[in-house]
Amino acid sequence: MHHPASIAPPLAHTTRSTRRGWLGLAGLSLALLAPSLQAQTTPPAAGPAVRAVASFSILGNLVRQVGGDRVAVDVLVGPGSDAHVFQPTPTQARQVSQAQVVFSNGLGFEGWMARLLKTAGYKGQQVVVTQGIQPLAAGEHAHGHGHSHGHSHGAPDPHAWQSVTHAMAYVGNIAKGLCTADAAGCDAYKANAAAYTEQLRALDAEIQAAWATIPAAQRKVITSHDAFGYYAKAYGVRFLAPQGLSTESEASARGVAQLVRQIRQENIQALFVESLSDPRLIEQIGRETGVRPSGELYADSLSDASGPAPTYLAMMRANTAALTQAVKGP
Amino acid sequence: MTAPVWSALGPDGLVFALLIQPFAEFGFMQRALAGCLALSVSAAPVGVFLMLRRMSLTGDAMAHAILPGAAIGYLIAGLSLTAMTIGGIVAGLAVAISSGLVARNTVLREDTSLAAFYLLSLALGVLIVSVRGNSVDLLHVLFGTVLALDDAALTLLVGIAGVTLVSLTLLYRPLVLECLDPGFLRSVSHWSPVAHFGFMALLVINLVAGFHALGTLMAVGLMVLPAATARLWVRRLGALLLLAVLLALAACLMGLLISYHADWPTGPTIVLSLGAAYLLSMLLAPRGLVRHQHPGSRHRVA
Repeated sequence: MHHPASIAPPLAHTTRSTRRGWLGLAGLSLALLAPSLQAQTTPPAAGPAVRAVASFSILGNLVRQVGGDRVAVDVLVGPGSDAHVFQPTPTQARQVSQAQVVFSNGLGFEGWMARLLKTAGYKGQQVVVTQGIQPLAAGEHAHGHGHSHGHSHGAPDPHAWQSVTHAMAYVGNIAKGLCTADAAGCDAYKANAAAYTEQLRALDAEIQAAWATIPAAQRKVITSHDAFGYYAKAYGVRFLAPQGLSTESEASARGVAQLVRQIRQENIQALFVESLSDPRLIEQIGRETGVRPSGELYADSLSDASGPAPTYLAMMRANTAALTQAVKGP
Repeated sequence: MTAPVWSALGPDGLVFALLIQPFAEFGFMQRALAGCLALSVSAAPVGVFLMLRRMSLTGDAMAHAILPGAAIGYLIAGLSLTAMTIGGIVAGLAVAISSGLVARNTVLREDTSLAAFYLLSLALGVLIVSVRGNSVDLLHVLFGTVLALDDAALTLLVGIAGVTLVSLTLLYRPLVLECLDPGFLRSVSHWSPVAHFGFMALLVINLVAGFHALGTLMAVGLMVLPAATARLWVRRLGALLLLAVLLALAACLMGLLISYHADWPTGPTIVLSLGAAYLLSMLLAPRGLVRHQHPGSRHRVA
């Protein structure tokens, strides 16, 4: 450490500001340390009592909410990755084999799960969080052709978390699963689940209120995601698949024309097609129809921590804000 | 569109539904047509001179040389027309000038030095793209689509067409001489390097224009195929230039309409229309396969 008295006057100013910088850094690192210190003091035993694996980022967030500090959660399909085309790594197979409980969404969402559990030699508890939920059929709205998303028509739609009511059921199933795996922590899990369910209830009311101001006829959205069937049913929004264009194939004039006609005929204001191949093409469609292409929707995964949807609550809020804003038009 | 709708419209309605309606209903079709017209008027004549100078494959090599420049432009400034245009032109000109200088001042021939420099440019581009960004995003961007032309891109295409036509008029005589006998032009005039480098510059800006409209590789098709097809029908340079432009225009119109009615991707459909014209001409044209045995009809150009 420098002694202030020994510093010549011209340098004093800079030294003081660096010292302030050091102090700030120290404060910051204390602030960063604080939660982990807390985490070390609250559980009776050292370290987490249960090791859990959740199949994808959204489910992982819900399990963390219920498990709190007692449960260490590994997520297989991380933020921003696609659960439909997931390839497990050896590290993840090891995480699975070391876990006491594995949470999956079910309804055919993780087609790779059964094989992974077998490969990893997993004998522990499996919890399918959609248990007890009445599933919708997938593809209730018409898909653009060239669409291949892993689950076929007539199969159940796995994206049940897009309805907050179903997320509450997820939380109930997660608490039940954790209680079976770790009876000692059951009271804590139940308390966490109850507190989080309150937050979910408030979120649900918030989303209902956001849509309430918009006339039903105006609640129409074109999106290339096929994940919003439950959201549509819960909040009275119509989701139409873009006609003519798909992610996989290069655009044809007919495809663009079909989408333009669809937007005009349905009088659409909200266009969420960021996953289509060429951003310039979307801009062209926007010019043609006078519709400004809207932002991003989070369907199958959370964003990373710096994004707008790092948690389930944030994701549902971000989606709802983007949707309602787009539907209202310019 | 389904057949019964057309039959109910009568013959006039059918023609309208097939040929006019797509352009009347959709602005993006009009823009695509306008962009194609501008590109045909400038790229096809450049293609004729490429063919006459036996440099048709040079077009392909230069297209590869441009790609990294455009990619670097994209990495620096995102999906910006200006950045990608400047990047493409700089990379293309750098390769053209350095390979031309090497060919004129060393023992290496034009084809070898061009191959060397375009490979360097390509490797550099691939390296920078892999280090700096995610290539998946970039791949979508590097294959332009004629369906997505905006006002700025259209202005650029028309501007490049104008510059090309004026420059070709100015360079016409030295270019023709250089096509016939490059050694002669070099010995009697100092116009030879001007003709060569001027022409290479035209090639580069036309490839950049085609890159925005069709994607780089398809753009070469709009240069080479009309020239080759026209050569099967006519001999005189004036007729060659005119027929090449007309063929390019017709193929663009056909390609857009087929893409609209048959739901095929637009860029490949345009180039395949040109390819169909080329193959048909090969069978039917006076200078095609039938007359190939005639010794008199070969090697007489302009």
